[in-house]
Amino acid sequence: MLYAFLCCHDEAVVASWSKAEDDAVLAKRHKVTERLVAKGKLGPAVRLMPTTAATTVRMGREPVILDGPFAETKEALLGFYLIDCDSLDEAIETAKEIGRDEKVVFEIRPVRLFVPESKAS
Amino acid sequence: MTDLAWIDPLLRAARPKAVGALLRYFRDLDQAEEAFQEACLRALQNWSVHGPPRDPVAWLIMVGRNVALDDVRRRRKSAPLPADDAISDLDDAEPDLVERLDNSHYRDDVLRLLFVCCHPDLPAVQQIALALRVVSGLSVKEIARAFLVSEAAMEQRITRAKSRVAEADVPFETPGAAERAERLGAVAAMIYLVFNEGYSASGGSVHVRVPLCEESIRLARLLLTLFPGEPEIMSLTALLLLQHARAPARLDADGAIVLLEDQDRLLWDRDMIAEGLALIDKAVRHRRPGPYQIQAAIAGVHAHAAKFEETDWSEIDQLYAALERLQPSPVVTLNRAVALSKVQGPAAALALIEPLAQSLSGYFHFFGLKGGLLTQLGRADEAKVAFDQAIALAHTPAEAAHIRLRLDRLIKESQPA
Repeated sequence: MLYAFLCCHDEAVVASWSKAEDDAVLAKRHKVTERLVAKGKLGPAVRLMPTTAATTVRMGREPVILDGPFAETKEALLGFYLIDCDSLDEAIETAKEIGRDEKVVFEIRPVRLFVPESKAS
Repeated sequence: MTDLAWIDPLLRAARPKAVGALLRYFRDLDQAEEAFQEACLRALQNWSVHGPPRDPVAWLIMVGRNVALDDVRRRRKSAPLPADDAISDLDDAEPDLVERLDNSHYRDDVLRLLFVCCHPDLPAVQQIALALRVVSGLSVKEIARAFLVSEAAMEQRITRAKSRVAEADVPFETPGAAERAERLGAVAAMIYLVFNEGYSASGGSVHVRVPLCEESIRLARLLLTLFPGEPEIMSLTALLLLQHARAPARLDADGAIVLLEDQDRLLWDRDMIAEGLALIDKAVRHRRPGPYQIQAAIAGVHAHAAKFEETDWSEIDQLYAALERLQPSPVVTLNRAVALSKVQGPAAALALIEPLAQSLSGYFHFFGLKGGLLTQLGRADEAKVAFDQAIALAHTPAEAAHIRLRLDRLIKESQPA
């Protein structure tokens, strides 16, 4: 079974880390993920930019574009895509296409760090 | 002994919201700070045993408020003077406070807290010091170190700034749209001041003070979390990120200034650049370009160029021209002259800055640029005069040393072989 791990953290706290503190967390995690790589168990990993960089597309008869992250309690995170877009406008158009005729909400968040799939074959 | 290191970042992150809410509650900066301080002490005791609460900010506000209330009650018992006014005021505010412990309401609290720090009567340095102390929670010692003054002198400055603020009477009602916009503008300017104080220190031996830059970025991000739909706040954050991304390349190993054209662009922080550009993308969609957006776009053009030679100078020239229209100032024109010199040559640039001689007669960069342009035009004697004036106006040893280097080069090149 493939599991997705969604990393949730107090953003204000993470933003207050110094570079050294941030690096230390990554290094600590790396020790674990390294083992997973060796066993061929690690899929792609992603670090997102802060929620301040997010744009939300709420689909409906007229899609609504909102600045900021997805902040509704009713909907839950059910999945995600990683899509290479040339611009925010392109990303928004893509979200509108994918979500056509649905009531889905997309939060579009630029990716800060992308580690491609490192599963061994 | 338990390791309490994990608590500190939580307290630091909670500070602006908690102190902002306590300020609304007590309507007194010192009291709000003291209450927060006391709440932090209790947090260290309590959280180390029970773990962090689900909502640390709300916890700190409630505890801070209760501790201060106990204090007022105790004082009332022991002191003959009744503090009835204070008590009834606090009781009135209580249900309101509880009701408003919700993220959307923190924004006016934090904005107010930042806004009281940028009172127009306060000189820039005091605004910055006050914001760093009250909002960021840096110690007086840390701030004194950043400004290279003694702790006692900084303590005095902050105390003076606080009493000035206390007299200012900032209204505590939820601001209307126009007032909120006005506050946002003042606060954005103050955050940019903090950044600039770090980016190009106004005195002392250090040319770049990274902690001030980092703190201003933190404040800008905080403001943007609270006002996610404001294109100028997106742009301010982008501008700070894009400029600070160059920090690792701006000074060499000896602390000498490295000009943009000579910087090793591989040292630029790619994460910050990517985030800055993403924020510009968001701001542009609003189609309301303001001064920060244009300045961020200029920084973005530099960030896009892998090499200095690849810089799109005509784009930068146009952006500065737009900024001149929006916010005319001799410094903006001076900056446009740099771009113009690349597009049309040094003579055109010199013609553009010559009328600024009077208004920029005390400005280091004016004479630095003038000397550079005159050098390019082969007018060595005049260039020397300009460089000498620049050295006299330099704020930091690094600035003076940089001009001296160019002067030496000029003298060497102008000597007959």
